[in-house]
Amino acid sequence: MNSSREQLIASTAAANHLLEAEIAEIEHERTLYPDTRAVGLEALKIVQKHRGWVSDESLLAVAEYLGLPVAELEGVATFFNLIYRRPVGRNVILHCNSVSCWIMGCEQLKERISAELGIDFGETSEDGEFTLIPVPCLGDCDRAPVLMVGADQHRNVSAESLGEIFARYRNRQA
Amino acid sequence: MFNNPLTRNIDFSRPPLGLADYEASGGYGGLHAISKGLEPADVLEQVKESGLKGRGGAGFPTGLKWSFVPMGEGAPQQKYLVVNADEMEPGTFKDRLLLEGDPHLLIDGMIIAAYAIQASKAYIFLRGEYTDAERALRKALAEAREQGYLGRDILGTGHDLDIILHTSAGRYICGEETALLNALEGKRANPRAKPPFPQVSGLWGKPTIVNNVETICNLPGILAWGIDWYRSLTRGSDHGTKLFGVSGKVRTPGCWELPLGTPIRELLEAHAGGMREGLELKGFLPGGGSTDFLLPEHLDLKLDYDNIAAAGSRLATGTMIVLDDQTCPVGMVGNLMTFFSHESCGYCTPCRDGLPWVDEIFRDLERGKGRREDLEILEQHVDYMGPGKTFCALAPGATAPLGSALRHFREDFERHVDEQRCPYRN
Repeated sequence: MNSSREQLIASTAAANHLLEAEIAEIEHERTLYPDTRAVGLEALKIVQKHRGWVSDESLLAVAEYLGLPVAELEGVATFFNLIYRRPVGRNVILHCNSVSCWIMGCEQLKERISAELGIDFGETSEDGEFTLIPVPCLGDCDRAPVLMVGADQHRNVSAESLGEIFARYRNRQA
Repeated sequence: MFNNPLTRNIDFSRPPLGLADYEASGGYGGLHAISKGLEPADVLEQVKESGLKGRGGAGFPTGLKWSFVPMGEGAPQQKYLVVNADEMEPGTFKDRLLLEGDPHLLIDGMIIAAYAIQASKAYIFLRGEYTDAERALRKALAEAREQGYLGRDILGTGHDLDIILHTSAGRYICGEETALLNALEGKRANPRAKPPFPQVSGLWGKPTIVNNVETICNLPGILAWGIDWYRSLTRGSDHGTKLFGVSGKVRTPGCWELPLGTPIRELLEAHAGGMREGLELKGFLPGGGSTDFLLPEHLDLKLDYDNIAAAGSRLATGTMIVLDDQTCPVGMVGNLMTFFSHESCGYCTPCRDGLPWVDEIFRDLERGKGRREDLEILEQHVDYMGPGKTFCALAPGATAPLGSALRHFREDFERHVDEQRCPYRN
């Protein structure tokens, strides 16, 4: 990391402010819930959609914008599995490790994913493409083992098919 | 007449039916009956009569649940209907089928349920990972709004209904209805103390009904084709059909809509094709990860709520996880304990501290570090985390596979200790 001081300041300032698009989406959510607290969780999801994860600065910005206690929002952010409080790669791999996938060999599959990408759970590949996260039952148990990459479900995944799956996401234009 | 009201429109070789095609197939009949004067009390009566039981796991009679909602002049103005589409029970893959395959069926059923309890606002609490279901639902909701089936004064009935799709940020505990309500309110999803029950004081303190996706999807059929038809569907003592699934090492795993009361053997052999070549059935969890193991000797039981309960387990979600004779039962239960331990909300002590302890013992057993006294500690936890000793049903759910595995597969546990390794690994 060689960000110059100026860049760092600029990025921090940007992170501290919600983007116009984020604010528009948050305001839309406000119309769907009668209470601001409910909007808080939605706002975290919105910020994450735009920035990939929820940094301290983003969390503070949301809390400030909605007038919610920071600690309360942090308590919510850290409670839910799909709010990322650390940076993730361009593609998040959700590896189903629940019982049906376990019976069908998800542990061996995980070993192959780790070997192929050089990452363990919670880690991001060196090229910044993939983050590997375990997830409870993805609800496709008759086609186990299953994993998600980004918003896509992959079923009946074999060690052999991993390379082809990852190639589809690698260097994909956002 | 149909014998598959839940899945008759589902065909994954094409996109789900749009509103016009869905309606042409007999859909939204309940809504039209309502517009012709069917009263909320009539709907409630029909649902009670049908004998429909909740398909989310607990099997509570749906009509009875609804009947606790305050009605009439003195009732609170704002009431809510919430659909629990947070399918996350390990080994359960039935609601996904309905959500992705026939989204209008759910909306149809929600209109009926919301009318019955006079709720003008409804939320679908959808699992965040169900992105295909989200897409299908958004499209169907837009069509229903466009058609005037949602919104203000629907078809001149004077009844308003908005349906809002909420995607969850992900925690198993959100399947517990009061935890779900907290999550919808933007709070940590800890369960709430009951009473008050949500029917009286639920979402934002207002009367709220939380029903499972499959439960709601039963309603359009009941209203359209009547109680006699609905009650004729069964092959057992509970009424209607149910989605049944089989996963694990069977020849053709899958999910099928079958009459309640279908024998387990038929599900396993005729539909799932029996065990894979060279494998024997050792046991199975009949309704997802938080049910007690049943054994090959139970294969002739009929799949309905009372029969499975009498055998010491639960029908629950109706999705069966099969354990074969070459898969380690200790490893399988250990996997479930890791899941439950991770998904404990941390609110009450037996669950928060008990589950990680149990999970750690399973890791020791797997690593060849198990001790005889560990098995006693596991037994104790079946009691400490059992029904009535925790704040909600999560930990008791975990004790179901744990306690039954200790009973049925004792020898496997002992071999892990005596041989200081997993005997299923070479």
